[in-house]
Order: sequence, then C-alpha cells, then structure tokens
Amino acid sequence: MAVRKLAPEELQPQSFVLSPETEAFADKEIAKYPPGRQASAVMALLGKAQEQAGGWLPRKAIEAVAAKLDMAVIRVMEVATFYTMFNLEPVGKHFIQFCGTTPCMLRGAGDIRKVLESRVGEQNHVSPDGNFSWLEVECLGACSNAPMVQINDDYYEDLTAENFEKLLDDLAAGRPVKKGSQIGRNRSEPFEAVNTLQDPTLYDGSQVGAWRKRFDEQAKAAETGETAAAMASIPEQVKAAKPTAGRPIESPVADTPAERAKEGETPINPVDQKEAADPSTATKGKSHTEEGARPAPQSSKSYVASPTKDGEAVPSSPTTPEAGTPPAQAETRRDGSESKPAVTVDKDNMTS
Amino acid sequence: MAKIIVDGVEVDVPAEYTLLQAAEAAGAEIPRFCYHERLSIAGNCRMCLVEVKGAPKPVASCAWGVRDCRPGPNGEPPEVSTKSPTVKKAREGVMEFLLINHPLDCPICDQGGQCDLQDQAMAYGVDTSRFHENKRAVTDKYLGPLVRTSMNRCIHCTRCVRFSAEVAGVPDLGALWRGEDMEITSYLEKALGSELQANIADLCPVGALTHKPEAYHYRPWELTKTDSVDVMDAVGSSIRVDSRGREVMRILPRVNEAVNEEWITDKTRQIVDGLRLQRLDRPFVRENGRLRPASWQEAFATIAARVKGTDPKRVGAIVGDLAAVEEMYALKLLMESLGVTNIDARQDGSVLTPVYGRGSYLFNTTISGIEDADAILIVGSNPRIEASLVNVRIRKRWRMALPPIALIGEHADLTYPYEYLGAGPETLSELASGRHSFIEKLRGAERPLIIVGQGALSRPDGLAVLSTVAQLARDVGAVKDGWNGFSVLHNAASRVGALDLGLVPGEWGLNAQTMAQGEVDVLFNLGVDEIDIAPGAFVIYQGTHGDRGAHRADVILPAATYTEKSGTYVNTEGRVQLANRAAFAPGEAREDWAILRALSDVLGHRLPFDSLNALRAKLYTAYPHFAAVETVQPADGFAAVQALANIGGTIGREPFVSPVKDFYLTNPIARASGVMAECSALARELKLEAAE
Repeated sequence: MAVRKLAPEELQPQSFVLSPETEAFADKEIAKYPPGRQASAVMALLGKAQEQAGGWLPRKAIEAVAAKLDMAVIRVMEVATFYTMFNLEPVGKHFIQFCGTTPCMLRGAGDIRKVLESRVGEQNHVSPDGNFSWLEVECLGACSNAPMVQINDDYYEDLTAENFEKLLDDLAAGRPVKKGSQIGRNRSEPFEAVNTLQDPTLYDGSQVGAWRKRFDEQAKAAETGETAAAMASIPEQVKAAKPTAGRPIESPVADTPAERAKEGETPINPVDQKEAADPSTATKGKSHTEEGARPAPQSSKSYVASPTKDGEAVPSSPTTPEAGTPPAQAETRRDGSESKPAVTVDKDNMTS
Repeated sequence: MAKIIVDGVEVDVPAEYTLLQAAEAAGAEIPRFCYHERLSIAGNCRMCLVEVKGAPKPVASCAWGVRDCRPGPNGEPPEVSTKSPTVKKAREGVMEFLLINHPLDCPICDQGGQCDLQDQAMAYGVDTSRFHENKRAVTDKYLGPLVRTSMNRCIHCTRCVRFSAEVAGVPDLGALWRGEDMEITSYLEKALGSELQANIADLCPVGALTHKPEAYHYRPWELTKTDSVDVMDAVGSSIRVDSRGREVMRILPRVNEAVNEEWITDKTRQIVDGLRLQRLDRPFVRENGRLRPASWQEAFATIAARVKGTDPKRVGAIVGDLAAVEEMYALKLLMESLGVTNIDARQDGSVLTPVYGRGSYLFNTTISGIEDADAILIVGSNPRIEASLVNVRIRKRWRMALPPIALIGEHADLTYPYEYLGAGPETLSELASGRHSFIEKLRGAERPLIIVGQGALSRPDGLAVLSTVAQLARDVGAVKDGWNGFSVLHNAASRVGALDLGLVPGEWGLNAQTMAQGEVDVLFNLGVDEIDIAPGAFVIYQGTHGDRGAHRADVILPAATYTEKSGTYVNTEGRVQLANRAAFAPGEAREDWAILRALSDVLGHRLPFDSLNALRAKLYTAYPHFAAVETVQPADGFAAVQALANIGGTIGREPFVSPVKDFYLTNPIARASGVMAECSALARELKLEAAE
C-alpha cells in the first residue's frame, strides 16, 4: 500500500462547502439510518464529497462532512485515512488505479507500469498538464482480463503497452474511448478460441424456464414405487449423530516407557534398545569432544535455531570483533545492517 | 448467574461477565493491554487469550462472554483454561508480535518500572528477536503541555482514544491510517482539550504517553507512596502522593468507587510544581510598609501586641478553601476564647449555613448516587470546571441511558447534551411554580436529582434561590425514603468541614465580605486568597503561598500544604477523608494547628491540646461524625429541605455565573504552578478559537 498522507497546506483549498447536490445526497443517506445514527452515513458522504472536490478529499471537506454528521472531526479523519479509496492528495482529471497484483503482473502489468512512469511520471503525482495521476492498487477483481487499470469509475482491460498509450492519448485529447476490454472481446469470454457458450439458443430466450421444466419432470419420476419404498425404509425417529465439531479429540498419551511400565510390560523393548545402540543406524552426530563450529550456548527460550548436526547450515553469525577495534575496521558490522535488505531511503515516501 | 470452570475451579459469576472477569473471580490472572474495566471492550491486543474447551482456537477472554460459552456434551459448565501450554504459547506469540516494533529503550523510558509491557514481557517474552527487518518508526505527536508522546512505543491498544471519547467526553484523539501505519494522534496535532487528559498517560500500558511535566524526573521505585486526598475541588478525589526525600514528585489517582473511580483532574495531578514554588518558608512582619523576614517569636509578639488592645468585636477571622478541619477547629476554639464572633469560612459570599441542618448544604445524593438518578437538573453550576469528576459521573449516567438533563445557568459545554432552560433565577422560579415544561420530566422521574451550585448561592439573593430550589425539590418529590435528590455542589475543599464546625458568623457577627471591607481592625486570615481585603485592618495571614492574601498581610505565618500535614477534609457529599503527610513543609513553615496552638499561648488563651491526637480526641468528642473516616453520615434531608423551602424571599434577575472563572487557577497552589499557567493559557487560546 502506498504511503498516504494529507496534502500539504499549499494545496489545501481555503474553504469547502457541500454543494446543494451533495447536501441532498447526504440527507438521503442520513435518512437511511435511525435517528441519532447519522454517523453511519460517513462513508457515503465522504465519497460524495470526494466527487465534489474533484477526486480527492481536502481537509476542509473532511471537516464539512464532520459538521454535517455532527461527528468529531477526528472520527471522520479516522475513516478517511483508513480507506484507500479516499484520496487525500489531489489527483489528475483521469485518476488511474493500476493493478499490480499477481495475475496482472503475470500478464504484463510491468509494461503498463513503464508506460505510466514514462507518460505520467511518479506514482501519486499529478502530471504537469493536470490530466493524469496514477496509483498502484491491489487486485481490482478483473483478473481474467489482465492486465487492467481503473480510470476514474471505469475499467480498461486487456491492455498492452500500445493500446494503453493510445488510450491515454485519447483521454488526454478528450476523444471518446472504449471502456472495458481494449481488444474487442466480449466481457471475459475466452481469449482466443471461443468454444463454449456458442449455442444460439442461449441468447434467443428459448432457454428461459428450461431448468424449471426439468425439475418438474424429475419430481414426477420420484413418485414411482421405488422411491416410495426407499422413503418408507427411513426410521421415524432419527438419532442425531453426536456433535463432534469443535471438540478437541482426546487421544491416549503417546506410547511411552512410563505407560508401558504401568501396563506391566517391559518399559523398553530390547530390540529397540539394540537398534538404538547400533552406531550405523543412529542419527549422524558429532561427539562433544570433537572440534567443530558449534554455536554459542543459548537460552532455552531462544527462538534462534541451534543446529547440531554436522553439515547442516550454521547461521553465519558475524564474529564479535576484538575489543578496541574501531567499528570501521571491524570485519563484520554488528549494527544490525547486515541483516537488512538493501533499502534505498526514500525520504519523500513516493514509492509504494 | 452462570457456572464456569476456570482451571478446574468452578465459579458462579453473572452471565454477562466476560471470561476475563470470570477468570479473575476464580483467582486466575490474565495479562491484558487493551482491556480496561472502565472503558469499552476493544479486543485488539490479543494478550488475554485463553483456551475454551470446545473452541478450535484460543479466544480473547476480554471480549468473550460467559453466556457465549457452550456447555459440555452432558450439560457440564463450560471449561476455560488459562494456564495450559496452548495458552502460554499463544500469548508468547502475541508478545513476540508486540515486541517486533517496540523499541528497546526501556533504560530511557519513563514508564520503566511501571510498564505493563515490561512486566508481561518478563512472563511471556523471549530474549531474542527473530525480526530482522526495520522496526516501524512513527513521529512523535504534540498533545499539549501535559502528555508527552513517544509514538514508537505505541502498541495500539487505543485505551487513550476510548478514554477521551467515552469518559472525558472530548473526542480529540483518534487512530489514523491503518495496519502497520496506524498512528494515534489528535486532529492536526492540536493540544487536547479535556480537563482530564493526563489520565490517558496513566492508562497507557507502555511508555508511549507519559506525563510531560515530570518527564525524566524520577524512577517509580525511588518514590515513597502516601495515600491522601485531593483539595483542589470539593470532590475530594482519592490520590496517592509520591515523594522523594522532602519533595513531592507526583500525584496519582487512587481507586475510590464512591468518589473518583480512578480518574483525577489535571489540576489535581499536575499541581506538583506549585507545591514547591512561591512558598512562604519563614514568618514575615510588615515594617514601614515592607514585609521583612522575622522569627516566629517576633511575629507572635507583633500579633499579640495588636490583638490585646483590640475590642473582640473589631477582631475577625476568615478561613480559606484549602484549610483542614483540624486547624479550622483550632481557630474556632481560639476565637471563641478571645470572645470573637466575627468568623466566616465562606469567602465567596455563599449563603449556606448549618442553621438549616446538615442536609441543607451537602451533596445528599452522593456522587455514586448520580448513577441512579433518572432526571437531572443543574442550577447555577458548571460541574465540568467546578467538580470535574461529578461531571464525569453525570456523563457516565448519560451514557448508560438517556436521562433528561437540564441546566439553568451558564450555557457551557458539559460534554453531554442537555436541555438549556435559561440563564438565571427567572427560569428557576418559572420552573418552581410549574410553568415550565421540564417540571413534568422532574415530576415523572422516580429519582430526580437537583444539583445547585455555588453560582446560584454566592449572591445576595442566594438564600431565596436556595429556598426556591428546595421548594422545587419538595414539589417534585426529590426527597423521599431511600432517595435524597437535593444536592449542593461545593467547589472549596474546606467548605463542608467548616460548615460542619459552624464556622459562620455568630450572633451579631460579621461575614467574610463585611470583614474584608474594613469593618474589623484585626483580621486573622487562614489561607484566604480569593478576596480583596480593604486597607486599614491589621491582617495576619497564615498560609502557604505568596499569593494575594500574603501580599496584603501585615504578619505572615508560613504553614503547610495538604501534602505536608495530616488533615481531615470533608468533601461535598459530607464524606470525611484524611490527607496524610507525604513531605515536610519548607523552611520554618509549620503545620497549621501547631501554629495556632503556639499563637494561643502567646495570646494568653492556651488551646487545650498539645498534639494532633489530643486535638482530634477533642474534635471527635465535640463532632463525632469526623471520626467516621471514609464514610458519609447521611443527613436528615427532609427536614433540611422543609426548613429551606420555608425561608422564601424574593430572588433577583442577575443570571447565574459560575464561581470558577479559570479551571486551572482556582487556588494559590495552582497559581504558583507553571504547568497550570501553561494549561490556563492554552485553554484560553482554545476558547478564543472556539469563539471564532
């Protein structure tokens, strides 16, 4: 999830008044809830206010919604900051939500991303002409038409770098564009060879009621003698099975020497004992006296694994430098950075 | 009641109990961070996991009701295990997650030693971390002068958010963003606006919110703890005074269900620096218009010289708001022995007197009784600033179910909605004569509560107002068997004790206002700082701080504050409580009763006690109810209300005005405190902003 923050002060409008249309919408939404529960309408109102403000929520809009719903501003703020659908910074005229989740990624979302980066620029930034801004979002649920983006309220699917470029050109120029699939397929029907759902009767209305008819016919068949006999064999009072769902299954304690001794058996089977003593079958291990890279003794409560078997991976823990070594000359750094992935610090939190 | 087996112990608990409460009833301890008895259940820290037989996963015991448990197959009570290996493992998992982002800065954290996370990490934590990624970093937030933040430490229990929204009623705090990015903050990082805000630092189970004024001043294990009682208002909150050596380091609330539950106001808590600053630490005598340090002998000799030549009718004594019963009793005996009848403890001009019985000036309903009221009328009071914890109770009552609440007086924000009837006595008489619609709600109520504040009583027509309120109370049946809904709200800690002692002008005696206007030649001033004393009289000021009273004084006798002496205070309900000594008074300052005892010797009227115990023995013989510490002696409410109702009188037209102008600066200790001055300035700013 992209790092979200409030728009800087210079981008915030001085005032925000709910338009009559928004007010009317708000009253309609509030009326859906019992009196005193007007706060339930907060998401609907924030959505509408966002629409009115041009796709994002200025601070004043949040305050206006709070005043309308008689809520503390911080409560509305909590909602507005929780849901990523509320944009807290200005967006372009065409706000592109680009899906970067696995199916789209596998189908070439990387190319789309490159187009966006070259055409629009950085994520979360409005392009200089004010037309576009984009944001990578999680799955928008149109995986069968991957890759795809959502621009304002519409989905644009089956994108390639070329047709996406063209789409952006058209949008920028204000030309009409085609919504949905950009390669001309009908919704999410098969991509290449269309083999199913081709029966014309599916589309001419003649199938309407066909299933119902089939059920009726089957019901008639059930009235024959065979079924009646089967029904008669069912006992009148059915004893419900003991409900077991959710109860822990009690199993006897594992077969242990102590258990065996209690039962009067030999606690340890001589055969087992002999097998265990055979060095060739025993788990290969080094005796304590042998030299070896054994990790330092650790607390029994430690989570760090303490491998003992020879040949198994021993975590390459950095060696403690000798006392007095300047940190820069120490062989290994012990400041924790050795375990961190290489991270480039992004001071402006621009990337996702 | 429902039976439940906790760790093999069968207990019988109310069905609405949560598993956590049931486990506590069975003696099992459950770790928790987000759960708090007095806040709503959040269930987000997951530390209180227990195993319920039949449930596939561990359940959060704070959010799982006893009545939600399924009985066993043969109808056995549900079984809960709080100590099983599964539970331990689950809690260790939760603890590991909590510690992932928690900084390892315990050595520089003020919460160290009193930290829930620290304590519980001892039981459920491990010594190493498996988390090799970067820890979360959160910018610290500004929340005003009382609460310091260190947001890296926050574990998102949301106790602070719930407290400010539910108990304090000032929803300033919220949790913004979500998931790992969640941050607790106020809107645009404005300072918190509640007068109870510092309680959130007490609630914080980690060191994310700590007390700003006392940051880095002490470690909790260095402090000596003394149970005491607060004197900042007449509520008498139970407090614990923590001191180190001679110095009081902090004041914490103590649980007292009858009075303050477990909250205290910011004034009660952060007064601490005021106990240290501006103190009078030696006697002073005025010479040629200037005060100069003097010895006790000199000071006493100066007083004796003036008093001996003065007619007792021209001698007076006034008692301030912070005086304990002991010194008031000593002063009373001294003045009686001098033949002085000019004595008054009501510097604000209140008309309450003990003449009409104890029931005429007590908060008869008691503070916890507010929760039973089913209609509330507030007359001439702003309980939010006069007695914040009474206001918290009213709010608590309002949250349980909506009772009709109405107010006559200043139209202030009380943190809960109420019906605003009017500003002054006219509305009151309209209501009393039954011409106002709210009377129906009062009449319809089974247990109506009428709170009358000092704003309605500290005025020339106060007695008539009180009489009207009593008539109203009688008419609506506020006083009956098992319910006394006639309640007077005080705002001075000493007032009820003084009225119990009868510290009002005797026959032909002058009241505080008249004495201050120069009707006496010698005025003994026992810690009165809210009144202007006209020039002329010889003023002996016995008090603690260099405030208004000391500036006007001719002789200053340095005394001890409530944390430096053992004193009895009676709160607005009539509850007798003891303040204990946590530290010693600075310099040559002495305990008040001892000063008066020494002075009486010089004046030739030696008081008949040599120790505090002897004083108390005498006090308890004369006024037995002072011996019943921690209890309220119920007063005869019916007789008192009858007596008051029969006074009658005409009431004026002036609107009621709350006697508390600035919540943070009501007494000399508060005015000496830098923290309170900062809070006061900030509150003024917020008020101006709100007015815009």
